Amino acid sequence: MADPALIVVQSADFNVSDEIARLTAGRTDIGGIGSFIGVVRGTAGGRPITAMTLEHYPGMTERALSRIADQAITRFDLQGVTLIHRVGALAPGDNIVLVLACAPHRKAALDGTAFLIDWLKTRAPFWKKERFADGTEAWVDAREADDAAARLWGDLA
Amino acid sequence: MKLLYFAWLRERVGHGEESVALPVGITTVAELITWLRGRSPGHDMAFAHGRLVRCAVNEDFATPDTVITDRDEVAFFPPVTGG
Repeated sequence: MADPALIVVQSADFNVSDEIARLTAGRTDIGGIGSFIGVVRGTAGGRPITAMTLEHYPGMTERALSRIADQAITRFDLQGVTLIHRVGALAPGDNIVLVLACAPHRKAALDGTAFLIDWLKTRAPFWKKERFADGTEAWVDAREADDAAARLWGDLA
Repeated sequence: MKLLYFAWLRERVGHGEESVALPVGITTVAELITWLRGRSPGHDMAFAHGRLVRCAVNEDFATPDTVITDRDEVAFFPPVTGG
Protein backbone atom coordinates (compact mmCIF):
# COMPACT_ATOMS: atom_id res chain seq x y z
CA MET A 1 0.00 0.00 0.00
CA ALA A 2 1.43 3.33 -1.07
CA ASP A 3 1.73 6.15 1.40
CA PRO A 4 -1.07 8.69 1.07
CA ALA A 5 -0.23 11.69 -1.06
CA LEU A 6 0.85 14.95 0.53
CA ILE A 7 -1.66 17.58 -0.68
CA VAL A 8 -1.12 21.22 0.29
CA VAL A 9 -2.76 24.46 -0.87
CA GLN A 10 -0.90 27.45 0.55
CA SER A 11 0.04 31.07 -0.12
CA ALA A 12 3.64 30.57 1.01
CA ASP A 13 6.42 29.44 -1.32
CA PHE A 14 7.75 25.87 -1.19
CA ASN A 15 11.32 24.57 -1.10
CA VAL A 16 11.84 21.81 -3.65
CA SER A 17 14.80 20.19 -1.85
CA ASP A 18 12.91 20.12 1.45
CA GLU A 19 9.88 18.53 -0.21
CA ILE A 20 11.97 15.83 -1.93
CA ALA A 21 13.67 15.09 1.40
CA ARG A 22 10.27 14.85 3.10
CA LEU A 23 8.94 12.50 0.41
CA THR A 24 11.90 10.11 0.56
CA ALA A 25 12.82 10.32 4.27
CA GLY A 26 13.83 6.97 5.75
CA ARG A 27 13.19 5.01 2.53
CA THR A 28 15.59 2.93 0.45
CA ASP A 29 13.05 1.35 -1.91
CA ILE A 30 12.66 4.40 -4.16
CA GLY A 31 14.43 4.32 -7.53
CA GLY A 32 13.51 7.73 -8.94
CA ILE A 33 11.63 10.94 -8.30
CA GLY A 34 9.85 12.81 -11.07
CA SER A 35 9.30 16.52 -10.53
CA PHE A 36 7.45 19.37 -12.17
CA ILE A 37 7.60 22.98 -10.97
CA GLY A 38 5.19 25.47 -12.54
CA VAL A 39 6.41 29.08 -12.50
CA VAL A 40 4.73 32.44 -13.25
CA ARG A 41 5.80 33.60 -16.74
CA GLY A 42 6.59 37.28 -17.16
CA THR A 43 4.51 37.64 -20.33
CA ALA A 44 1.07 36.58 -21.52
CA GLY A 45 0.25 36.74 -25.21
CA GLY A 46 3.43 38.75 -25.74
CA ARG A 47 2.45 41.41 -23.16
CA PRO A 48 4.45 41.87 -19.97
CA ILE A 49 2.62 41.02 -16.74
CA THR A 50 3.43 42.44 -13.31
CA ALA A 51 1.40 40.13 -11.07
CA MET A 52 -0.78 37.02 -11.00
CA THR A 53 -3.55 36.16 -8.54
CA LEU A 54 -4.58 32.55 -7.94
CA GLU A 55 -8.12 31.94 -6.69
CA HIS A 56 -9.46 28.52 -5.67
CA TYR A 57 -12.47 26.71 -4.24
CA PRO A 58 -11.46 25.71 -0.70
CA GLY A 59 -12.62 22.19 0.08
CA MET A 60 -13.23 21.11 -3.48
CA THR A 61 -9.60 21.89 -4.35
CA GLU A 62 -8.18 19.49 -1.79
CA ARG A 63 -10.79 16.90 -2.71
CA ALA A 64 -9.96 17.14 -6.43
CA LEU A 65 -6.21 17.00 -5.80
CA SER A 66 -6.57 13.96 -3.53
CA ARG A 67 -8.59 12.19 -6.19
CA ILE A 68 -6.05 13.00 -8.90
CA ALA A 69 -3.20 11.78 -6.66
CA ASP A 70 -5.00 8.52 -5.78
CA GLN A 71 -5.56 7.84 -9.48
CA ALA A 72 -1.88 8.42 -10.24
CA ILE A 73 -0.70 6.21 -7.36
CA THR A 74 -2.92 3.35 -8.53
CA ARG A 75 -2.29 3.74 -12.24
CA PHE A 76 1.52 4.08 -12.10
CA ASP A 77 2.11 2.16 -8.86
CA LEU A 78 3.77 5.21 -7.34
CA GLN A 79 5.44 4.99 -3.94
CA GLY A 80 4.58 8.56 -3.03
CA VAL A 81 3.15 11.81 -4.38
CA THR A 82 3.49 15.45 -3.33
CA LEU A 83 1.17 18.13 -4.73
CA ILE A 84 1.67 21.70 -3.50
CA HIS A 85 -0.28 24.51 -5.16
CA ARG A 86 0.05 28.15 -4.21
CA VAL A 87 -2.85 30.63 -4.07
CA GLY A 88 -3.06 34.40 -3.64
CA ALA A 89 -0.78 37.09 -5.05
CA LEU A 90 2.25 35.96 -7.07
CA ALA A 91 4.84 37.75 -9.22
CA PRO A 92 6.68 36.72 -12.39
CA GLY A 93 9.32 34.13 -11.53
CA ASP A 94 7.42 32.87 -8.48
CA ASN A 95 6.68 29.18 -8.04
CA ILE A 96 3.03 28.18 -8.60
CA VAL A 97 2.87 24.42 -8.29
CA LEU A 98 5.07 21.49 -7.28
CA VAL A 99 4.41 17.94 -8.42
CA LEU A 100 6.59 15.08 -7.13
CA ALA A 101 6.08 11.38 -7.89
CA CYS A 102 8.40 8.59 -6.79
CA ALA A 103 8.58 5.01 -8.00
CA PRO A 104 11.05 2.12 -8.20
CA HIS A 105 11.88 2.98 -11.83
CA ARG A 106 12.09 6.16 -13.92
CA LYS A 107 9.26 5.53 -16.38
CA ALA A 108 6.56 5.33 -13.72
CA ALA A 109 7.99 8.36 -11.90
CA LEU A 110 8.11 10.49 -15.07
CA ASP A 111 4.77 9.32 -16.50
CA GLY A 112 3.13 9.72 -13.11
CA THR A 113 4.41 13.30 -12.87
CA ALA A 114 3.12 14.17 -16.36
CA PHE A 115 -0.27 12.59 -15.61
CA LEU A 116 -0.57 14.55 -12.36
CA ILE A 117 0.14 17.98 -13.87
CA ASP A 118 -2.00 17.33 -16.96
CA TRP A 119 -4.99 16.31 -14.85
CA LEU A 120 -4.43 19.02 -12.27
CA LYS A 121 -4.58 21.67 -14.98
CA THR A 122 -7.99 20.50 -16.18
CA ARG A 123 -9.71 19.16 -13.03
CA ALA A 124 -8.55 21.16 -10.00
CA PRO A 125 -10.59 24.32 -9.27
CA PHE A 126 -7.96 27.07 -9.55
CA TRP A 127 -8.28 30.28 -11.57
CA LYS A 128 -5.51 32.67 -12.59
CA LYS A 129 -5.88 36.39 -13.10
CA GLU A 130 -3.06 38.35 -14.71
CA ARG A 131 -2.25 42.02 -14.18
CA PHE A 132 -0.52 43.63 -17.13
CA ALA A 133 2.10 46.35 -17.09
CA ASP A 134 -0.50 48.89 -18.29
CA GLY A 135 -2.63 48.22 -15.18
CA THR A 136 -5.37 46.18 -16.86
CA GLU A 137 -6.33 42.76 -15.51
CA ALA A 138 -7.70 39.65 -17.22
CA TRP A 139 -8.69 36.15 -16.19
CA VAL A 140 -6.64 33.51 -17.96
CA ASP A 141 -8.61 31.50 -20.53
CA ALA A 142 -8.56 27.73 -20.27
CA ARG A 143 -6.44 26.27 -23.04
CA GLU A 144 -7.84 23.69 -25.43
CA ALA A 145 -4.34 22.19 -25.51
CA ASP A 146 -4.57 21.40 -21.79
CA ASP A 147 -7.83 19.49 -22.26
CA ALA A 148 -6.25 17.57 -25.13
CA ALA A 149 -3.20 16.70 -23.00
CA ALA A 150 -5.41 15.40 -20.20
CA ARG A 151 -7.57 13.40 -22.61
CA LEU A 152 -4.49 11.51 -23.83
CA TRP A 153 -4.46 9.76 -20.46
CA GLY A 154 -8.06 8.56 -20.88
CA ASP A 155 -10.95 9.02 -18.48
CA LEU A 156 -10.46 9.79 -14.83
CA ALA A 157 -12.80 7.89 -12.56
CA MET B 1 -29.29 26.28 -0.72
CA LYS B 2 -25.78 27.68 -0.69
CA LEU B 3 -24.47 29.16 -3.94
CA LEU B 4 -20.81 29.96 -4.63
CA TYR B 5 -19.30 31.95 -7.50
CA PHE B 6 -15.64 32.06 -8.49
CA ALA B 7 -13.37 34.14 -10.76
CA TRP B 8 -15.24 36.28 -13.31
CA LEU B 9 -18.60 34.79 -12.35
CA ARG B 10 -18.04 36.18 -8.84
CA GLU B 11 -17.12 39.58 -10.26
CA ARG B 12 -20.20 39.72 -12.48
CA VAL B 13 -22.66 38.51 -9.82
CA GLY B 14 -21.09 40.95 -7.36
CA HIS B 15 -20.44 38.52 -4.49
CA GLY B 16 -18.91 35.10 -3.95
CA GLU B 17 -21.62 33.48 -1.88
CA GLU B 18 -25.35 33.67 -1.33
CA SER B 19 -28.12 31.63 0.24
CA VAL B 20 -31.33 31.11 -1.67
CA ALA B 21 -34.51 29.14 -1.11
CA LEU B 22 -34.81 26.81 -4.08
CA PRO B 23 -38.20 27.45 -5.71
CA VAL B 24 -40.54 24.51 -6.06
CA GLY B 25 -40.23 22.91 -9.48
CA ILE B 26 -36.52 23.61 -9.99
CA THR B 27 -34.74 20.28 -9.88
CA THR B 28 -31.67 20.50 -12.12
CA VAL B 29 -28.59 22.69 -12.56
CA ALA B 30 -29.89 23.94 -15.91
CA GLU B 31 -33.21 25.02 -14.36
CA LEU B 32 -31.35 26.70 -11.49
CA ILE B 33 -29.26 28.74 -13.95
CA THR B 34 -32.35 29.88 -15.84
CA TRP B 35 -33.93 31.00 -12.57
CA LEU B 36 -30.75 32.69 -11.30
CA ARG B 37 -30.46 34.79 -14.48
CA GLY B 38 -33.60 36.62 -13.41
CA ARG B 39 -32.22 37.59 -9.98
CA SER B 40 -30.15 40.59 -11.13
CA PRO B 41 -28.45 42.07 -14.20
CA GLY B 42 -25.16 40.80 -12.75
CA HIS B 43 -26.46 37.24 -12.53
CA ASP B 44 -27.77 37.52 -16.06
CA MET B 45 -24.39 38.73 -17.32
CA ALA B 46 -22.52 36.01 -15.38
CA PHE B 47 -24.51 33.23 -17.05
CA ALA B 48 -24.79 34.88 -20.49
CA HIS B 49 -21.95 32.78 -21.88
CA GLY B 50 -23.25 29.40 -20.76
CA ARG B 51 -20.64 27.48 -22.70
CA LEU B 52 -17.96 28.95 -20.40
CA VAL B 53 -19.74 28.17 -17.12
CA ARG B 54 -18.79 25.07 -15.14
CA CYS B 55 -20.67 23.77 -12.10
CA ALA B 56 -19.98 21.66 -9.03
CA VAL B 57 -22.63 20.22 -6.71
CA ASN B 58 -21.33 19.45 -3.22
CA GLU B 59 -17.73 19.80 -4.49
CA ASP B 60 -18.11 17.33 -7.37
CA PHE B 61 -18.20 18.41 -11.02
CA ALA B 62 -21.78 18.48 -12.28
CA THR B 63 -23.60 18.79 -15.60
CA PRO B 64 -26.76 20.71 -16.63
CA ASP B 65 -28.75 17.53 -15.94
CA THR B 66 -27.45 17.05 -12.39
CA VAL B 67 -30.31 16.91 -9.89
CA ILE B 68 -30.19 19.40 -7.01
CA THR B 69 -32.02 19.87 -3.73
CA ASP B 70 -32.36 22.74 -1.28
CA ARG B 71 -29.63 21.23 0.94
CA ASP B 72 -26.93 21.28 -1.74
CA GLU B 73 -23.91 23.54 -2.15
CA VAL B 74 -23.78 24.57 -5.80
CA ALA B 75 -20.74 26.38 -7.21
CA PHE B 76 -20.39 28.12 -10.57
CA PHE B 77 -17.04 28.99 -12.15
CA PRO B 78 -15.18 29.28 -15.47
CA PRO B 79 -13.06 26.44 -16.89
CA VAL B 80 -10.17 25.89 -14.47
CA THR B 81 -6.72 27.38 -15.15
CA GLY B 82 -4.44 26.15 -12.36
CA GLY B 83 -1.05 24.50 -12.56
